[in-house]
Amino acid sequence: MKVKVLCRNPDDYVRETTRDIQRVPRNYDPTLHPFEVPREYTRALNATKLERVFAKPFVASLDGHRDGISCIAKHAKSLSTVLSGACDGEVKVWNLPRRECVRTIQAHEGFVRGICSRFCGTSFFTVGDDKTIKQWNMEPPGCGVQEEPINTILGKAVVTGIDHHQREATFATCGQTVDIYDEQRSSPIRSFSWGVDSFSCVRYNPVETELLASCASDRSVVLYDMRESTPLRKVVMKLRSNTLCWNPMEAYYFTCSNEDYNLYTYDMRHLKCPVTVHMDHVSAVLDVDYSPTGREFVSASFDKTIRIFPKDKGHSREVYHTKRMQHVICVRWSADNKYVLSGSDEMNIRLWKANASEKLGVLSSREKIAANYNKKLIEKFQHHPQVKRIARHRHLPRDVLKQKKQQREMKEAKRRKEQNVRKHSKPGSVPLVPEKEKHVVAVLE
Amino acid sequence: MAVSAEKEFAMDNDVISASEDEEGSDDERKHNKLLQAISSLGGKRRKNQTERSEASLQVSEFFVSAEGAGDKVGLSDLLGTVEKTTGATKTKKQLRNLQNRNETLELPLNKEQTEKIQRSVAYEKSTKEVTNWQSVVIQNQKAEQLVFPLNQEPSGPKRVEQVVAGWKAETPLEQEIFRLLHMNKQPLHDPVLTPVEEASLMAMSLEEATIRRAELQKARALQSYYEAKAKREKKIKSKKYHRIQKKAKRKEFVKQFEERMKTDPTGALEELKKMEMSRMEERMSLKHQNSGKWAKSKAIMAKYDDSARKAMQEQLQINKDLTQKIATLSDDEHETPEESEMVPDFVNDVEPITDPVNPWMRSRIPQEEPEISCVTPDKPQTSEEEEERNEEEELLADFQRRRTLRRTEDDDLIPTAAEEQINTCEVSREEVVGDGTVEISDSEEEEEEDVSQFNTLFKLMSSEKTHEGPAPTQDQQEDEEQLDEGQLRVRSMEDLEVLEEVSDPRPGTPAAPSMPQPTASDPLAKRSKREIDLSEVLTKEAKTIKVALTPTVVEDEEREEQISIIKEAFAGDDVISDFLIDKRKQEEAGRPKVVDLTLPGWGEWGGVGVKPSQHKRKRFRKKMAPPPSRQDQKLPDVIISEKRNSSIATHQVSHLPFPFQNATQFESCIRTPVGQTWNTQTAVKKMTMPKVVTTAGAIIEPLVKEDYIKDKSTKPMGKGPAILLNDKRGAKDGKPSDKHKGRDSHKRRRNKP
Repeated sequence: MKVKVLCRNPDDYVRETTRDIQRVPRNYDPTLHPFEVPREYTRALNATKLERVFAKPFVASLDGHRDGISCIAKHAKSLSTVLSGACDGEVKVWNLPRRECVRTIQAHEGFVRGICSRFCGTSFFTVGDDKTIKQWNMEPPGCGVQEEPINTILGKAVVTGIDHHQREATFATCGQTVDIYDEQRSSPIRSFSWGVDSFSCVRYNPVETELLASCASDRSVVLYDMRESTPLRKVVMKLRSNTLCWNPMEAYYFTCSNEDYNLYTYDMRHLKCPVTVHMDHVSAVLDVDYSPTGREFVSASFDKTIRIFPKDKGHSREVYHTKRMQHVICVRWSADNKYVLSGSDEMNIRLWKANASEKLGVLSSREKIAANYNKKLIEKFQHHPQVKRIARHRHLPRDVLKQKKQQREMKEAKRRKEQNVRKHSKPGSVPLVPEKEKHVVAVLE
Repeated sequence: MAVSAEKEFAMDNDVISASEDEEGSDDERKHNKLLQAISSLGGKRRKNQTERSEASLQVSEFFVSAEGAGDKVGLSDLLGTVEKTTGATKTKKQLRNLQNRNETLELPLNKEQTEKIQRSVAYEKSTKEVTNWQSVVIQNQKAEQLVFPLNQEPSGPKRVEQVVAGWKAETPLEQEIFRLLHMNKQPLHDPVLTPVEEASLMAMSLEEATIRRAELQKARALQSYYEAKAKREKKIKSKKYHRIQKKAKRKEFVKQFEERMKTDPTGALEELKKMEMSRMEERMSLKHQNSGKWAKSKAIMAKYDDSARKAMQEQLQINKDLTQKIATLSDDEHETPEESEMVPDFVNDVEPITDPVNPWMRSRIPQEEPEISCVTPDKPQTSEEEEERNEEEELLADFQRRRTLRRTEDDDLIPTAAEEQINTCEVSREEVVGDGTVEISDSEEEEEEDVSQFNTLFKLMSSEKTHEGPAPTQDQQEDEEQLDEGQLRVRSMEDLEVLEEVSDPRPGTPAAPSMPQPTASDPLAKRSKREIDLSEVLTKEAKTIKVALTPTVVEDEEREEQISIIKEAFAGDDVISDFLIDKRKQEEAGRPKVVDLTLPGWGEWGGVGVKPSQHKRKRFRKKMAPPPSRQDQKLPDVIISEKRNSSIATHQVSHLPFPFQNATQFESCIRTPVGQTWNTQTAVKKMTMPKVVTTAGAIIEPLVKEDYIKDKSTKPMGKGPAILLNDKRGAKDGKPSDKHKGRDSHKRRRNKP
């Protein structure tokens, strides 16, 4: 005989622990839960407010350098290690969780211009104003042993930047030319130049690893392929680009930080105009770094602020500043997408949260659910004026605010003037040029 | 040049040194040196230099030096020896042709241009390569959720089998164990599953498994249904039922057989043979012949026991059935329709007599009808109908009386008679239709049957009436409504008033559609071709603008014609009244509505069909306070919308946000709640899923080409030396050389800053 028995899943009515709240069977009949939109709206508003309340992005400041920080590098394999070079030729290795300097090397005479870690994390390279490229062991030497580089390459001219290949034992430097070095040789295996100019930054593409890009002082960004004997293409803009960074998840996008207060994201296949112009800074942008997820990037500016931009938005979603932070020279996004490091003129490295209101540490599952729900609510009601107002509000230093206002006025005046000119001239003679196309002067083949 | 200069310098040194150690050297050497020094100072130096090949004035691109300035290298110089060699006639010919050619070759492109071409070619190549990533990029952008690091290895402790892959069994015991495992085909190292298990895993994916499971479930359910049905049927004790069933089955079989004859003659033949065989067997055997032991005992019992007799008869019947020739079966078929079993079930149903004591219940059926038809306002029609009905009812009542009398006399006859009612049914129906009166036969049984037939008939008729009766009235109503709609277009004030009456029926009072008809028809009749009178329509006088008339050539009559034409053309468009209707509607909408707050069951009895009392309803009907007067109350030709509420406006979205196409889309997006209050847990989880998930302390590496793009041609070429060097370096460091792979097996996870 077949006996049918009622059986229930204990997961439905037994709580996980005795500390957990009792499971209550729910009735989802919509008539029992009216006013869903107003209630959710209130929740969204509260979530937005709380997000702003908990937005405390500053985590730590690492002090110890005796001059302005000129460059920062992430360790390739360890999240807790960070390298920094200062304007007095000193290189420091930091331990982030302990927030202390582990090792100090007097690497160069004059500026340390660039620093990069080898892909395996066993050694790192520095370049300085003394025309040398030095390779250092990541492990500190034994007690009482002099700090000495593994390898030193004497260059002919000052080297201003360095970047290491993602998987091979080659690295690229820039100075008067862009040189590709093999780690085993003292002279470059390849040297690219295109006209007489000096370069300020060279970066390998982390995805399509044979590609490179560099910023030159003739206001151009030049693309290279390591396998070719000539550069690929050159795009000249109205003002000079300081640094650039490739998107680590999307092989053909890179973003360069420009002297004209803007950042430009380019598709390397279509250099005629940038994909996006990111505007918000009020002074020259000095450095840029992508988040490892490739969704956002952080930029450091001469206006003493750091801004975080979504990769496809024209305006920043976040701005970080402190009273004591001076011109920010270099900035890096940590490899686990949680932190941002900034090095500034006043000899400090600052550690920020990438997501200002995120709770650090382990989250319980209920906390996680609540956080997700709140995030979703804010996203859902983001267009409502009250929510938008609260979510967008940021406190800015007075001079930044003033400058911003001033620039807005200037822009408006320019726009108005153009409009008037257009109005009073023959139709079609003053074409409407979109913002994107205004900044590229030429693309050279 | 630099080399030669160095040499010179060295010679000078030599000269000095020679002069210094004058004493210790012999004359010959000194002399030589002196000669050399002199020669180096003089013109001999140049001669020496000309001897050096790399320092010549003209250096050809192909390392062939032409002797003396201005001399050109000819092809014959280069290939002088070719003429002497044998063979290679073809190339010789070609060379000769070349030599004879007088055309000069074009200059090679200058360096800049060649570089430009090289660059553009290289650029094209690299862009092509980069474009391979597009699909990956788009996929990542469209992904509902990305969990970083991508391509994560399964975290957690590794299996022992994976950890000790290199371990070998050494002791005899271990060896024994491993041999056993080997023999039983148990997994030893990496795959924990046996080959059989793996095969089964491979064979069935999750989807397939779910589908299969669903199928099985369905099959099981069906089986249980059938079982239950079979049980139920088995439990039915009625022999008649079973007999009918059996017969039906047989008929079904025969039918199938017939069909089979048409479609599959060979199969049918086989069937036929089978049947023939069974018949033969039956004829041969003594089964069902009532000659067995059991049959004999039954035969003895048959005298006294009815059931025994029946059993015996059944046996005989079976025998008869089986031994019957199949050809006769088809004859049976023709006869069957006359049998009672063939009649559909509903015909057999006895009139449901709920209360035999109360025969008037039956006459209820027509009485219920007026509930539907009461809406029809046509009084004369209904009265006629009622008269008819009364006559019918009287007749019916008569029948009923007689019937009840009969029933009291012999109650048990009715059910058996029910089957045979139908045979005469058709005849009686004809009678009913033909004469309209029913002849009551003499025999009582027939009479009774007739009565029941009449009942069924009457029921049919009455149902027809219920269908037909109210239907025309409804149509009428609809017609009226449509008419009203047609009349909505109003030209004058009077019409408007009428319209208003029609358009707002008072709540509570039932609408009487027939009532306004005469009143509405009057103005309709009255309405002549009147033009719109502005002063009548609008309370305020319209400003008349006087415009100087342009001198017109057209005569007055023509103009009037024109005007009339225009009027005719725009006769349908009545803008002003439309506007007025609009305004009135808005005012209506703005008026406060009565809110009914009665809760049934509070303070009195509640339940199905119990309505709250009038007193209570009156008490809890709240009239809302009238809103402040409209802004356009005194402006007859303006509608000022009062939808905007300034206190809410600060919370409302003024512009349609970007990704949305229209307002309804946006509204529906906002209207769907995402919270746990309104959704199940899984739904909430799905809806609030973050787009990007990262784990604290996990390094997110950039994409690796080998993981995504499987094209062999795009793989880096000519990387031999670099990898080699790297390997050397790894060896020097004393670290494993697989570090350059990018995706290392050891990833430090837990060293979060």
